[in-house]
Amino acid sequence: MNQENSSRREFLLTGLLAAGAVAGCSSKKNAFEAGADSDIIATGKKVKLLSVDGDIIEVDEAYLKPVPELPPVSNSEARVGIDGKKFVMVIDLSRCKNLRKCQEACNHMHHVNPGQNWVKVYPMQDAEHTAPYWQPTTCMHCDEPPCVKVCPVDATFKRKDGIVLIDSDRCIGCRFCMAACPYSTRVFNWSAPDIPEEIAKQPYSCESSVPQKKGTVGKCDFCPDMTRRGELPHCVSACPNGTFFFGDMNEDTVTNGSDTFRFSDLIKDKAGYRLMEDLGTKPSVYYLPPVSRNFPYESGLENETKDKS
Amino acid sequence: MENSYSASEEKIIQDLFPQKFNRKGILWVIGLSLVCLIGLFAYYRQLRYGLVVTAMRDYASWGIYISNFVFFVAISLVGSLITAVFRLAHVEWSTPLTRISEMIAVAAILFASIIIIVDMGSPERFYNLFLYGRVQSPIIWDVIVISTYFVISILLLYYPLLPDIKILLQFKEKNGSRLNKFYSFIGSFWKGTKEQNRLSRNALHVLSVTIIPVAFCIHTVTSWLFATTYRPGWDSTNFGAYFISGAFLVGAGSVIVAMYILRNAYSLEHYITRGHFEKMGRIVVLLALLYLYFNVNEYLVPAFKMKKSEDAHLTGLFAGEFAPLFWFAILVGMILPILILIFRRGRRPLPAFIAGIMVVIGAWFKRYLIVTPTLLHPFLPMHNVPENYRHYFPTWEEWSIAIASLAGCMLVITILCRIFPIVPIQETLTEHHHQAILTEQNHEIAK
Repeated sequence: MNQENSSRREFLLTGLLAAGAVAGCSSKKNAFEAGADSDIIATGKKVKLLSVDGDIIEVDEAYLKPVPELPPVSNSEARVGIDGKKFVMVIDLSRCKNLRKCQEACNHMHHVNPGQNWVKVYPMQDAEHTAPYWQPTTCMHCDEPPCVKVCPVDATFKRKDGIVLIDSDRCIGCRFCMAACPYSTRVFNWSAPDIPEEIAKQPYSCESSVPQKKGTVGKCDFCPDMTRRGELPHCVSACPNGTFFFGDMNEDTVTNGSDTFRFSDLIKDKAGYRLMEDLGTKPSVYYLPPVSRNFPYESGLENETKDKS
Repeated sequence: MENSYSASEEKIIQDLFPQKFNRKGILWVIGLSLVCLIGLFAYYRQLRYGLVVTAMRDYASWGIYISNFVFFVAISLVGSLITAVFRLAHVEWSTPLTRISEMIAVAAILFASIIIIVDMGSPERFYNLFLYGRVQSPIIWDVIVISTYFVISILLLYYPLLPDIKILLQFKEKNGSRLNKFYSFIGSFWKGTKEQNRLSRNALHVLSVTIIPVAFCIHTVTSWLFATTYRPGWDSTNFGAYFISGAFLVGAGSVIVAMYILRNAYSLEHYITRGHFEKMGRIVVLLALLYLYFNVNEYLVPAFKMKKSEDAHLTGLFAGEFAPLFWFAILVGMILPILILIFRRGRRPLPAFIAGIMVVIGAWFKRYLIVTPTLLHPFLPMHNVPENYRHYFPTWEEWSIAIASLAGCMLVITILCRIFPIVPIQETLTEHHHQAILTEQNHEIAK
């Protein structure tokens, strides 16, 4: 059991990057077989990968080719989602100290309007005598998304991999989704977004949510453009404290880039929960309670004051 | 028979014939048009710069446009109340009020559709509603029922007009040539034959029956725009009935206001009588009590429990930021009109008119209180947002557009009053005729 766990972990560490390459191979023809590319000299350093049959295979590092930049998927393809995946996020509240690097990275990569945020970090205190804690929120990518239910034009939609996205080329700006979302996830482009012209000129991609457009709604998208390349969402990789874990429910693994866990064990061991469970929205984001914290709550207050000035 | 009206009948026609605007009327129209122009300019700015010209932000993402929309939908319900419900119940005294209420209904539903487009962030994509419309969204239900209601309302205005247009066309010299052309275009086919009358009667009956469920739908669906969300203040099973009762109240109130203004402007004292104010006054009392009852349910039952999420919202209404407006809407929109109209002296035209205005103004602010305070009390705290995200006070552009939509609605009603008889002529003649026969019979019995 332990053995299997550790190999899985290793796989995820290295494998996420190469997943795109592996996915391209058929099971009958082994592309990694010596001789397939005769001019490559083996380095002797082996890398563990998951074959399409689900077996762990060892491949010499030299035979791994970097995956070329995939062209962005078409918007109709982006509506379908990635086959066989069910993305999930775990946010460990015991690791968050309100650094907001997640927010910074997200805003930067998505060209979010200044003053608005897709990732938010709330100072929470549930009752007078309970402990305060920092709670980052992303879009919950609910399995019963209230926003998708109310959208009159199918501009926001749920994909088969669990991600909820927005087609800014279709959104009519009625803002019903914003009223429907109990997590206050969604922001609106009240004016033409303040972004460089070359980015504004790009065709809109549902998977990168760039460029944002005047009169449409924007929100956290779980970075499916990154996931498609086998990389982690920006907030996950930006957090120096490893607060965010991202992964696939079907593989039952989540990683923050340095630590990888079996999702079900992590939730069981640390008593994970979801926000506003009583509403029946079934979020894809899980929280681990702020116990045995890495930082005292107060250490996060520095960023609050810095922010206000 | 054709042109042979008795003396009193001629007087009826003369009294009820559409009149040219007098000086006050012209000033009124110019004033309304100016307000509309300012609104148009503000809307141009909104189109150019985006909704950023409004005070709406990510939390208060709906503001006075949406409350104005709810207000218009509410007012438009009066068409179904007075025309359909009273017609089916054979309430004969309501005949002189049917056309006014139908005009109000058509104008209000028209501006409800306009203001909802104004609220859209990308109005140029309006057609997406038809290209990609999804039946599961309450907005699509609203699009369907509002357009249905609009069509039925127009027909309910149009069919009873046909006999009147025949009368109007008999006095061609009184109308300009353009009006004559217009009348001929919409009504020259009406000869008043038995068959036509039968068809019209049947059609009106069918429309009166169908408009009632559709009217209930438009306001129920409009309430569901809110009630289908989780937010405190909206998450209520009471909302459909609450909205409908409020809609009937503001509709009846607006009819009293229109009755008073038109009666004075066009000297219709013999047609819109004190008796009408008396009866409409009683109806408003009943409707205001009903609405008050729903308000008690809406606010006091959650307040008894004070769930955490409701607490901030309700405290804000009862004693916080929105308290002055909240108590104003309850007092002026419901309690004071009840206190005025419950007394016979309060149901005279002028006090009834004042009570009607109170109802309408109270109702407008009530709609605002339904929409915005809820949005300013989200489940997760407002945090790390610019200061102007935490509050909502409409900008001049929003005020101008909202007021312009109200002015536009009044302008449409004014123009309809200029073109068409405010009190149905033919129906008044028929009733007059019936009454004459009745009195004659009574005389004979007395002899």
